[in-house]
Amino acid sequence: MAKTICKRLGLLVVTLLLVTILAFLAFSILPGDPTTSILGVDATAEQIAALRARLGLDLPLWQRYLNWVGGLVTGDLGQSYNYAMPVAQLLGSRIAVTATLAGMSFLLIVAIALPLGILCARYEGGVVDKALTVLGQVTMSIPNFLLGFALTYVFSLMLRWFTVGSFTSAAQQGVGAYLGYLFFPALAIALPRAAMTVKMLRGSILSEMGQDYIRTAYSKGNSKSGVLWHFVLRNAMIPVITFLAMTIADIVAGSIVVEQVFAVGGVGQMLVTSIGNRDYPVVQAIVALIAVVVVVCNFLADALYRVMDPRLRQR
Amino acid sequence: MPSKFKRALLLLAVAAMLPASLYGCTGGTDPSASPTASAQSGESSDHGNSVTVGIAQDLDSLDPHKAVAAGSSEVLFNIFEGLVKASSDGAVREAVASDYTVSEDGLTYTFTLREGVTFHNGDPVTVEDVVYSLERCAGSENDGTPLITAFSNVTGVEAPDDGHVVVTLAEPSLEFIYSMTAAIIPAGSGDGIAQNPIGTGPFRCVSYTPQDSMVIEKYEGYWGEGAYLDQVTFRIITNSDTLVMSLQSGSLDMAIHVPNTQASQVEGQFTVVEDTMKLVQALYLNNDVAPFDDVRVRQALCYAIDVQQIIDFVCDGAGVQVGTSMYPAFTKYYMEALNDAYPTDVDRAKELLADAGYPDGITMDITVPSNYTQHVQTAEVIAEQLKAVGITANIVPVEWETWVSQVYQGRDFQSTVCGVAASDMTAREMVIRYVSDYPNNFINFDDGEYDQAVAQAITALDANQQEELYKRALTILSEQAASVWLQDLCDLTVMSPELTGLELYRTYVLDMSTIRYV
Amino acid sequence: MRRRKNWYLTLGLILAVLSVGYSGLGLFWTPYSPTAYSAADRYAGPSLAHLFGCDHMGRDVFSRTLEGASATLTIALAVLAIGFAAGLVLGALCGYYGGAADAFVMRLCDAIAAFPSVLLGLVVIAIIGPGKYNVILALGVLFIPSFARLVRGEFLKYRDWDFVRAARLMGVSNLRIIFVHILPNTWPVLLSGLTIGFNNAVLAEASMSYLGVGVTPPDTSLGRMISEAQSYFATSPWLILFPALVMILMILGVGMVGEGIRERLGDG
Repeated sequence: MAKTICKRLGLLVVTLLLVTILAFLAFSILPGDPTTSILGVDATAEQIAALRARLGLDLPLWQRYLNWVGGLVTGDLGQSYNYAMPVAQLLGSRIAVTATLAGMSFLLIVAIALPLGILCARYEGGVVDKALTVLGQVTMSIPNFLLGFALTYVFSLMLRWFTVGSFTSAAQQGVGAYLGYLFFPALAIALPRAAMTVKMLRGSILSEMGQDYIRTAYSKGNSKSGVLWHFVLRNAMIPVITFLAMTIADIVAGSIVVEQVFAVGGVGQMLVTSIGNRDYPVVQAIVALIAVVVVVCNFLADALYRVMDPRLRQR
Repeated sequence: MPSKFKRALLLLAVAAMLPASLYGCTGGTDPSASPTASAQSGESSDHGNSVTVGIAQDLDSLDPHKAVAAGSSEVLFNIFEGLVKASSDGAVREAVASDYTVSEDGLTYTFTLREGVTFHNGDPVTVEDVVYSLERCAGSENDGTPLITAFSNVTGVEAPDDGHVVVTLAEPSLEFIYSMTAAIIPAGSGDGIAQNPIGTGPFRCVSYTPQDSMVIEKYEGYWGEGAYLDQVTFRIITNSDTLVMSLQSGSLDMAIHVPNTQASQVEGQFTVVEDTMKLVQALYLNNDVAPFDDVRVRQALCYAIDVQQIIDFVCDGAGVQVGTSMYPAFTKYYMEALNDAYPTDVDRAKELLADAGYPDGITMDITVPSNYTQHVQTAEVIAEQLKAVGITANIVPVEWETWVSQVYQGRDFQSTVCGVAASDMTAREMVIRYVSDYPNNFINFDDGEYDQAVAQAITALDANQQEELYKRALTILSEQAASVWLQDLCDLTVMSPELTGLELYRTYVLDMSTIRYV
Repeated sequence: MRRRKNWYLTLGLILAVLSVGYSGLGLFWTPYSPTAYSAADRYAGPSLAHLFGCDHMGRDVFSRTLEGASATLTIALAVLAIGFAAGLVLGALCGYYGGAADAFVMRLCDAIAAFPSVLLGLVVIAIIGPGKYNVILALGVLFIPSFARLVRGEFLKYRDWDFVRAARLMGVSNLRIIFVHILPNTWPVLLSGLTIGFNNAVLAEASMSYLGVGVTPPDTSLGRMISEAQSYFATSPWLILFPALVMILMILGVGMVGEGIRERLGDG
């Protein structure tokens, strides 16, 4: 067991290294020059050269990478080109916003998917199952910005349940209003993933129902519901939990788009704007941050899977 | 290895705990704790005499001498003032200076300091502050490179006594007074002014959160007639659809630079105020590249393109046509007559093309910066219009950065649709850029008579003579069809019907001090 | 279970054929020129002359939807072609041979897969610039890891099966084993993977268009049309309705086909 974990951790580190190299390289081979966005269109050659030196853009590539990774590890994400402040300071409050949004989305996915998945599996082939399956398929077919737009239109403009564009911060709005606002973007992110999870859970339960030990349980006179609750769910949940851990990457990707729709000042919004501004230190930091979160979540999902599944634990 | 990784994770977690990137401007006042946030006037209470304004662009800097984006100037106008400041009629009015005189040779400007002007931190404005600010603009903290280009003409800034400042110039210039709108900041501020923007304007900065918002509040110690509003929040919303929904939901009271399609969606609910963007949109032609090195081809394009139709499609008719490189805000130089120099005439266009040796038409590329919807739409309409005279126009959308390096700086293009504005707000800027050896004459316009007229105009000491020379130059741009001049794009401000008092300026200014609830 | 008709597959095929057929039609024919504008028809609602109405430039939305759908289809198919071809070769070789090269390629795939596709799309477009072909290139490359993993998994499963061992003993070349003996067995799984990939490509293109890094005018795509049309929703809802409908039906159809294939596999 310990050996496996060490090996997995080693792989994790290799992946993390690769991820940072990719994130770094991507922005170092760019044709456009960040100096344009800083100095404006009428800059002279001397001004550009001086700025390049000041930003450290004249160093060789590998040296810049080492400096950057070194900074990353020590929490120094560098200095923004566009704002006279460290990237870490710029991102600080936004990370909290996106983390809240992602957390709420995750909870919503679980809250929606678990009951519905079990319901579908319990009454497999029934009207509810069929209706939910079709509904789920449709939900998965809607681009997330369109879903966000629809939610905004209905809940903000028609029903006035929240005021789109009024999002600021928990400190200014109060925690209730803050979470209340984030509920809707979280829903936009969660719905398609919840639909996927329902499908997954339903399939997992059904395949577990076909196993021999379940047949034995039936033969001993257990009712369908009894079998479902006592035997099937435990095992059927294992792949679903792994799947849920994996959706975190998906949630983050969703928040990049949905933050735009709902004017939520999170990391995703800053990413999109910073790409437009060619503010590479900010973009690099966000890209690396997201990738690291995803890699670590996948690692944990894998570990969780191994811990939960007794068959794998013994190996 | 794992422990190292854990440390990294821990640090990331710490980064998440860092205080908000929001920073207070004057001594870190918390906006929510600000007493002015709750209205004291007896006006309707739900808006608390404060206004939230949607802006599409973040400020590029809070340093008034370094901010170059038009969007920043608009906001910072409320916080900072120069010796003089822009007035809505296109002239300047006295601000930190109560009076000024210009010597007869046009080389010496003498300013009298206004009494009782204070910075937002309460300190009175002294001549030291003024000299410091003007010298900073001239490059005293930037290795001598002026922060504001027009200051390269300044040879000296002196304070003969506690009440006056004298600015001397290398070359006489009638337009230099416009550069004296440069902000006066406390002596010794340095680059710290960007973190702690202290000025003398009717509003003071409360907080600024990058890419999110800026909050300003009424400065009670303002020397002049103070602002009506107690607090203004500028919210940065880059997505125009989100902007519309924020207006519809009521979270914004006002928004500036709203695209016309978006404005039309909120028309009944909001007042839409029409203005223009103060730029010249044109199909800029590279005068050095075949076939546009032939004046007949350029003129053929002018005849082929129906400008009014473009204005109708792109601006719902709210743009203003221009016939040369001058937009209507410069009332003195705007020449409406030139709009009719090339009435739409397909046959005439075909004739000219045939004369130039292209009886079968031409194929051309129109490079457009893809992030500017209005320019892209304009190019789309132009491409359709040109089909009628046998010209095939391929639209080549490029990113802004690429556009700047390839088209504007590299001059490697056939034609492009873009807007050109005067970065220092002088008419001169719109004309001088087409002098043959000017560094940013990106269309490679080359005309001896033009160069001469502009050179004489710049140093002219007689205003009438200067006007005449500029107009001569502008007429040449039309006669030579230097480019296909199109329009000054529409610029719409959307505001709640409860608000009034918006003054439209001829430059990039959003004066919040005159705005009030009815 | 197997007695039940595979209504998923049937319905999915109908929807997919309809929407893909519609998109394919757009490659060859549109009732009006998709770029021809008309001042008189601006914001015209649906009518017999213009089935889906007209947009802010008075262009026929039916024609534009046809063109947009065909562009979306082209993009999705091209992305799949790149991602699948490269993923197939990589995955097959890695799965069949294993070893250090396999480990390295899989780590690289992990690393690329760590970036959500929209994020990577944004980054790649920031590097190589916007436009239809760049979107195809960006998404195509991003899709390689997921296909490589899928194919690798299948090959891992089969490489030690008896029929493969037998072939090896008979001296059949490795390449022949890979492509002639193993590959055909993996088709059902790969096919359902392709349907998922197709939908992801369509959705990713839509998201990228919304974020302003998708196709650029005068080109259009369903994603671009939908995001542009949001502004006009209050006054001209047909501008968003029809492109959205075509896109949703396309994804729904293809998704159900994939689902049907999986269901059939589960039964068989």
